[in-house]
Amino acid sequence: MQFWIIQGLNSLSLGGLLFLLSSGFSLIFGLMRLANLTHGAFFMLGTYFGAVALRDYSGLNIWVTAIGAGIVVAALGGLFERLVLTRLKTNPLGQVLVTLGMAFIISDACLVLWGGDSIPVPTPRNLQAPTRLFGFVFPTYRLVLVGIAVVAAIALYVLMDRTRLGAMIRAGVDDRQMARAVGIPVSRLFTIVFCLGTGIAGAAGVLGGPILSAYPGLDADMLPLALIVVILGGIGSLFGAFVGSFIIGFIYTFGTALFPELAYIILFLPMIFVIAFRPQGLFGRLAT
Amino acid sequence: MKWLAIALFAVVALSLPFVAGDFYINLASQILIAAIFALSLNLLVGFGGMTSLGHASYLGVAAYLAALLTSRYGFDHSSAALISILGTIAMAAFFGIIALRATGLGFLMITLALSQVLWGLAYRMSNVTNGDNGITGVTRPAPFGISLESATSFYWFALAVAVLSFVMMAIFVSSSFGSSLKGVRDQPRRMAALGFNPWMIRWITFIYAGFWGAIAGLLYVYYNKYIHPTSLSTTSSAEALLGVIAGGSGTLAGPAVGAALVLLLKNYASAYIERWNMLLGLVFLFIVLVMPTGIVPGLQKLAARLRGRSS
Amino acid sequence: MTTPSPGFALEIIGLKKAFGGLKVTQGVSLSIRPGERRLIIGPNGAGKTTLFNQISGDMRPNAGQIRLFGEDVTTLAPYQRAHRGLSRTYQIITLFAGDTLEHNVTLGLLGLLPSRWQMWRPLASYRHLAEEARRTLDSVGLLHLADHPVSDLAYGEKRRVELAMALSQKPRVLLLDEPLAGLSNVERATVKALIASISKETTVVMIEHDMDTALDLAETVTLLNYGKVIVDGERDQVIADERTREVYLGA
Repeated sequence: MQFWIIQGLNSLSLGGLLFLLSSGFSLIFGLMRLANLTHGAFFMLGTYFGAVALRDYSGLNIWVTAIGAGIVVAALGGLFERLVLTRLKTNPLGQVLVTLGMAFIISDACLVLWGGDSIPVPTPRNLQAPTRLFGFVFPTYRLVLVGIAVVAAIALYVLMDRTRLGAMIRAGVDDRQMARAVGIPVSRLFTIVFCLGTGIAGAAGVLGGPILSAYPGLDADMLPLALIVVILGGIGSLFGAFVGSFIIGFIYTFGTALFPELAYIILFLPMIFVIAFRPQGLFGRLAT
Repeated sequence: MKWLAIALFAVVALSLPFVAGDFYINLASQILIAAIFALSLNLLVGFGGMTSLGHASYLGVAAYLAALLTSRYGFDHSSAALISILGTIAMAAFFGIIALRATGLGFLMITLALSQVLWGLAYRMSNVTNGDNGITGVTRPAPFGISLESATSFYWFALAVAVLSFVMMAIFVSSSFGSSLKGVRDQPRRMAALGFNPWMIRWITFIYAGFWGAIAGLLYVYYNKYIHPTSLSTTSSAEALLGVIAGGSGTLAGPAVGAALVLLLKNYASAYIERWNMLLGLVFLFIVLVMPTGIVPGLQKLAARLRGRSS
Repeated sequence: MTTPSPGFALEIIGLKKAFGGLKVTQGVSLSIRPGERRLIIGPNGAGKTTLFNQISGDMRPNAGQIRLFGEDVTTLAPYQRAHRGLSRTYQIITLFAGDTLEHNVTLGLLGLLPSRWQMWRPLASYRHLAEEARRTLDSVGLLHLADHPVSDLAYGEKRRVELAMALSQKPRVLLLDEPLAGLSNVERATVKALIASISKETTVVMIEHDMDTALDLAETVTLLNYGKVIVDGERDQVIADERTREVYLGA
């Protein structure tokens, strides 16, 4: 029984982490029609920042590091968007290719800077003691991660639904031309959304550190998961990304636990079903 | 212009084993394999308008199948090759049905996700694929009893296959089907209104591209006598895509030239730089930002200008 | 295609289409006889092009039926309707800009032929297709430009190529979506003459936004507004009808 509970919690925490990862991806795709293949690398960059910062500077705590990493990654993302992506407005294929190129650059840079061994990220001291609930023992940090994901989801919802920025973003997602026509500064919006999306990914990288560790190839492990979540949940829908993240979290965790060799095929199956029967995803609003 | 290029190629290709040592002959074989692979991808990208980031799946699956069937299950080379090709085609048909539910970026994402799944399987299913160790000890076939062990003999074999693939793809592209493919790439709605079935045309092309990817995969595993999950990775697909774009997806020969350049770069750069991926990424950025239509169209334009100037 | 065709060439029965809350087609019914020249008019946003899109299969209606010579084609894909004798032109030019006129029309001819699946013989070797393409171009007065790329042509000439492509398939029903839009006076006269010369074997249904230009090509007229048929009948009756004036002046 303990096994199922633990796997269930692991699923929830992975789902939460996936939501933090894929919400940015979904936002960027939804508004900018850009499949940001650098997203996994930005996440990994955050994980490395967290791992190295927490290893080398004993005074830091993980929350501050997460915010710091988020800001640094957002700044890098913004530079990339301004210097490279805006030059390729008329070449959507080119945009995808440069994000791929950037992913290669970042992942190799991490290898050069921090070596090939995986660097663990310590769980914050005050959350190391397990929590006792209903007679079961839970790793506290994982519970906290789920909580953070829920808070982030609510915050993003409020941003999209209740603020002017959110209204402009939604207008841009629905009809870019029209948005421009009514005076919404679409290219500035693109930069903001790209920074927001990548920044969340960077922060998520730090927060995921205690569970995943920083290792070369983390980006290649995370990107397809983000892709599958967005394909499943539907592009342009944060709610879809939320639901999709937890579905994939469960499938991946239980799949890896029960059939380790076939975990990838098990991930594959819901994606096939969704694409076969509902190509716009569970809650998608855009046709791909 | 075209005939000049063909003549030049023939001269270089045919004389190479007589003037160069084994190192360069082997390099040429690798270039030929990469060229076939890039040409097969360009059927999708350039002629079909379907950009795939998962083409390494076909090279990898064919290579793994051939490797497993010959080295572990005792199949002879002919049947192993046949089964590998058929298996890869079946997979291409299946993947095509899934991927073609979308176009453009959705198609790209699905091909990427599918190939990543295969890569993950190759790593995880170690009792089948030997995981990170790869499969070693694969032997080369001996078609009609001719050994392919020496660099030169393998080179002639690869050259023959490469020329055959190029000719067959050229025929494909100029046929009525090829014209309908290009039509669907440019104006799918108009083509449907004219009576063409866009989905079926794309799907058949997808499978045909997978077929030639499989051929490249067989040559690859015979050449290296070894296969590793890296060959299924996104990096592998990306290198082929870079070759296609750098060479020029609008022409038939462009991707072959691009693939050759990427391979040469990889070979020479790895002597000086350890981090190939970073260089690959930078080259991607450079090509897309500076030379988006590719090198071959760039050269063609240059030649046209020179001709214009001299007349 | 010579299947016996009872009654109407094109029948639309109770067609409904909505995008979310926006009802674009609200129960449209039309019956068009073989050989008829029908003009569909209506102000912007009346739903004319959406109606065409449903007839050609580019869009699926939410309810209702479309019958082509008695056969229910409502769920068929556009390419399947083409094989049943339906042809259409589009409001925007959808030609193959980089290719020659001859190639464009050849593709049009190829669409209904089994040889379109052929993967080994070069298209250029199909001499009889090239000849027929040139004959078609001649019939629209563009043979002299047959080897030019479409991108070289003037707008009016491109429209004529579009028409040539649609006609080359000898369709039973031809849908023309604003064929005269954006043409100069001279070009308009040429294209009108072309449309007027289409054989009676082809039923012609036209959308035009500007009533005056196309009226003399029509025998019958349907007035659409807000996705509904307002008036439907012989041309002169529809013009004289009060409701027509209301729609165009009162709007």
